[in-house]
Amino acid sequence: MEKPLTGHIREDKRPLSLREYEKVGGYQSLKKILKGMTPQAVQALVKESNLRGRGGAGFSTGLKWSFVPLDAPKPKYLIVNADEMEPGTFKDRLLLESAPHQLIEGMIVSAYAIQADHSFVFLRWAYKVAAQAITKAIQEAYEAGYLGKNILGSGFNLEMHLHTGVGRYMCGEETALLNSLEGKRATPRAKPPFPQISGLFGKPTIVNNVETLSCIPHIINNGADWFQKLSLTNDAGTKLYGVSGKVKKPGLWELPMGVTMRELLEVHAGGMQDGLKFRGALPGGASTDFMVEEHLDVKMDYPSVAAVGSRLGTGTMIVLDDKTSVVGFVKNLIHFFSQESCGFCTPCREGLPWIEKVLHAIDQKEGRKGDVEMLEAHTKLLGPGMTFCALAPGAMEPLQSALKYFRKDFEKYIKELKELKGTVRTVTA
Amino acid sequence: MLTAEEKKEIDEAIHVVPYKQAACIEALKVVQNHRRWVSDESLKDIAAYMEMSTEELDSVATFYNLIFRKPVGRHIILVCDSISCWVMGYESLRDELTKLIGIKFGETSPDNRFTMLPNPCLGTCDCAPAMMIDNDLYRNITLNQLSDILKKYE
Repeated sequence: MEKPLTGHIREDKRPLSLREYEKVGGYQSLKKILKGMTPQAVQALVKESNLRGRGGAGFSTGLKWSFVPLDAPKPKYLIVNADEMEPGTFKDRLLLESAPHQLIEGMIVSAYAIQADHSFVFLRWAYKVAAQAITKAIQEAYEAGYLGKNILGSGFNLEMHLHTGVGRYMCGEETALLNSLEGKRATPRAKPPFPQISGLFGKPTIVNNVETLSCIPHIINNGADWFQKLSLTNDAGTKLYGVSGKVKKPGLWELPMGVTMRELLEVHAGGMQDGLKFRGALPGGASTDFMVEEHLDVKMDYPSVAAVGSRLGTGTMIVLDDKTSVVGFVKNLIHFFSQESCGFCTPCREGLPWIEKVLHAIDQKEGRKGDVEMLEAHTKLLGPGMTFCALAPGAMEPLQSALKYFRKDFEKYIKELKELKGTVRTVTA
Repeated sequence: MLTAEEKKEIDEAIHVVPYKQAACIEALKVVQNHRRWVSDESLKDIAAYMEMSTEELDSVATFYNLIFRKPVGRHIILVCDSISCWVMGYESLRDELTKLIGIKFGETSPDNRFTMLPNPCLGTCDCAPAMMIDNDLYRNITLNQLSDILKKYE
């Protein structure tokens, strides 16, 4: 089984130096494109490979690039979104800490494809080891002539900088990330104009995920067909899949796109811990809908997961077991989203804290008649189209699916409350 | 007053961006690195140096979780309180820390040694529960390790 993204990572996870990386084929894709591929040809190849964005949305990477006007005056920007902060997600950390040169090579090739001359790594503050690895790798790449002016004598110029954030989930939203890089509050921008036309400092900008850009060198080296064939389904490539929660062997694995949830859970994660039963899982981070036992044989690719009402998201699964409170689980998720809401639009700013309070009350066995219906109504009021960005609709995904699959868990606490009828509820979430 | 060293580091950040104000988050980070937190006085000095109003800079400073606008201890403990760590029992980790240090989330110990804060997902969910102390990440933490871990931070 081929593991292009992680195959060259050492067992102890220490990153390869530039020389070591070159020995395993590093920077070949950069040499290849600078020798004889036009930016258009690079874009066409990536589009043909059917690479879809690994940050969670799954948009075609080649198509996204094609919206950048190639003839626009410089500067143009290529940014890697390394602000991994979706709860339950821990995949980009590995690529950042252990394969920094692969990411940088992917960034240079991608910058060439859109003819960007500036690039930023927007790194999460918590990733201290990654910050060191990236800093060193960027320096090595400059020294080797892979970055800077007139790269390898081609006339192509690219500067690269590392920016470490100061903690806010919103920075993962691409337009909020741009605001943050401009020294502003990380609130989302109205679209259109899309960043490809008017992004960082008002210039054409592409923001891609770490895993996405790490795929690029391999696609250039081995071709679109090869990339397609890595996968078990129509979605191309390999995928970093992870499992966390009360399983025997939580972990992260590079596997062909489209393995089933059952294989992830039972083969790779070793099944549930003794004495616990699987109740459900969020397949790709906190902002995805629950999948339950009947979905275990679903292939973990974008359309298959979407077909059962969830999203592949980041591909890192959080498992819910039968001894963990569903209400507590969802309350923890909503607490996160409520805290991380930027407060820019009303439904999100006001709705999420209210939902958290009601969940807290139910969790404290103080739920009242109508609470479950109220929660359900909010999944619509904060749903797609009702808010400025995707944060609140994302927050509603685990809630709406928990109400669908585990409604009794919510109602149970309400019934127990009947004796308290008429008392005033105090909620202090 | 910003020190010469702080100014030099801020200037390096300004150099990367097209206009000064775009580096204001970097400037806040620089000052916090040197002084542990950003006081009203520091904020005023940074704003003046960045040619921004104090209010504008404060709107940015208070937006981000890890710019500290209140004094903090010598060491910051960030306990992950997000979903995988919750499932794996971060709450007992938090309670044990409270027992050992005598402070709750959001508090600083009277000797200024520790500030303890909850923190969203640290991105190491397969090794939950996790926490960071300053720049060090601890994962798969068991409660009996905690007092030894704390000893490293004076």
